[in-house]
Amino acid sequence: MNSLQLTALRTIWIKECTRFLRIWIQTLVPPAITMSLYFVIFGNLIGSRIGQMGGFSYMEFIVPGLIMMAVITSAYANVSSSFFSAKFQRNVEELLVAPVSNWIIILGYVGGGVTRGLLVGALVTMVSLFFVDLQIHNPLMLLLTLVLTATLFAAAGLVNAVFAKTFDDISMIPTFVLTPLTYLGGVFYSLALLPEFWQWVSKANPIVYMVNGFRYGFLGVSDVGIGTSVAVLIGFNVLLFGLAWNLINRGVGIRS
Amino acid sequence: MLALQINDLRKVYRGGTEALKGVDLHVQAGDFFALLGPNGAGKSTTIGIISSLINKTSGSVKVFGDDLDKDLVRAKSHIGLVPQEFNFNQFETLMQIVVNQAGYYGVPRTLAKQRAEKYLKQLDLWDKRNAPARELSGGMKRRLMIARALMHEPKMLILDEPTAGVDIEIRRSMWVFLKKINQQGITIILTTHYLEEAEMLCRNIAIIDKGQIIENTSMKGLLSKLNVETFVLDLPPNSIQPTLQDFDFRQIDDHSLEVDVPKSSGLNAVFSQLSDQGVQVLSMRNKSNRLEELFVRLVENGRTDNASAEQENNLE
Ligand SMILES: Nc1ncnc2c1ncn2[C@@H]1O[C@H](COP(=O)(O)OP(=O)(O)OP(=O)(O)O)[C@@H](O)[C@H]1O
Ligand SMILES: [Mg+2]
Repeated sequence: MNSLQLTALRTIWIKECTRFLRIWIQTLVPPAITMSLYFVIFGNLIGSRIGQMGGFSYMEFIVPGLIMMAVITSAYANVSSSFFSAKFQRNVEELLVAPVSNWIIILGYVGGGVTRGLLVGALVTMVSLFFVDLQIHNPLMLLLTLVLTATLFAAAGLVNAVFAKTFDDISMIPTFVLTPLTYLGGVFYSLALLPEFWQWVSKANPIVYMVNGFRYGFLGVSDVGIGTSVAVLIGFNVLLFGLAWNLINRGVGIRS
Repeated sequence: MLALQINDLRKVYRGGTEALKGVDLHVQAGDFFALLGPNGAGKSTTIGIISSLINKTSGSVKVFGDDLDKDLVRAKSHIGLVPQEFNFNQFETLMQIVVNQAGYYGVPRTLAKQRAEKYLKQLDLWDKRNAPARELSGGMKRRLMIARALMHEPKMLILDEPTAGVDIEIRRSMWVFLKKINQQGITIILTTHYLEEAEMLCRNIAIIDKGQIIENTSMKGLLSKLNVETFVLDLPPNSIQPTLQDFDFRQIDDHSLEVDVPKSSGLNAVFSQLSDQGVQVLSMRNKSNRLEELFVRLVENGRTDNASAEQENNLE
């Protein structure tokens, strides 16, 4: 990669970070508050009655999933709203006229989404430390699943924004697809609690693999194989980055 | 050296609008070139294709010899674009907008900040550098887009109706600025509805209408063409071939003659010369002239545009 493209990448990334930091009350604070509520209500109040889950206190069990949920939502929302608004205000044209390669555009936007995702993840983790003593079983697995999940959903947000024609279109997927999949993705329960049929159905939900891979990094337990988790993450990353590249390259939604 | 070389450019939009029907255009390096045409003629489409915002259907575009299909990165680096519609992020500050734009062209950040100061000052926007773009007036927004387009110091600046909605005073100062940077060696191409604007600024001009270039000449050549009216005279069959002094004329066949008459000189001299030669004129008509018609339309549009602009000014 030559210096022109590197400078361009850095510029897009800085612009993306400046954007979400400027509106931090909308981008960083809400997930921290929501997750604190989850910790208090599910972890403390209800969790104390649930007892153990997967060999750990309920609080310990849900913390990794909740961090992951915040990362997913933030990475996705950052890219989908930023890129859609760039389309809407037409400032995406600033990039289209410039000699920036399409890969750099994608990496720049995804980089912004990942940064916000990780920042929110760190905030939620800090909040969780008020409620639970976090142990780290496997830092490598923890980081790997965290980063791959963030890149995956940032790329997905970009694809969403490319197709979106109105602001409603960028809240549809989070509401009707992401939220249900996350809630059913083993954040709050171990798959072992489900009847065999529903366990089997759940294994078609990619978020199950991310939450469990991440939880394995903290606790060392998982409902699914760790290798499978990593493979699913890599597979979906390849799929979404490929799709994003194909769409941007063809100019879908951005070039007439 | 050609700054811009467009050959047989065609564009059919999804939905079937044929916006460009084989446009050929050559612009010399260093030129100040006008693309004049009425609403919907295809000016923005042409510019959109040159600047990679619109995909062409067929044809070729070269910018300083670099083909858009083969050397896209180099071709893009030569161009600075000032589009017709505002297309910056309304929430970003002027400084962010221009510095980031430079970054997309690979200009390092420290250098970009120096240039931002230079161009924002030149365009009288420095005081507003930390304001979000939405707080600018319309004229300031236009100038912001000019500053942004210059940040990577392109060899060619393309402006799509840069003075639309700008009052006469700021329009004049923009003209002065554009002339100055043209003298410094930047090739400038601008589109406009106003013949007056093209006349003030440009050396060469192309006129586009309904997706076709109908005239491509020097500004001087165009003005002299517009000053001449062509008449077709019907003569009796088998008349002798007359000659006319001080007029350009063409014998079309044995009973019709075409004469170019400068608007200043009138028709009497034509008729007296013809009667001296014993040539009878049966009837006479104006030769329909697409350029002339278009020009009338442009001038009329210009008048109504100016009138409404004045009304707006009065309202303020
Ligand atoms: N995105 C688009 N999709 C479909 N048709 C379009 C699109 N953009 C322009 N057109 C059509 O293409 C033709 C040329 O439009 P263009 O914008 O190039 O004209 P123009 O010369 O710039 O006009 P104006 O002076 O009004 O800006 C018009 O008929 C217009 O309706
Ligand atoms: Mg136009």
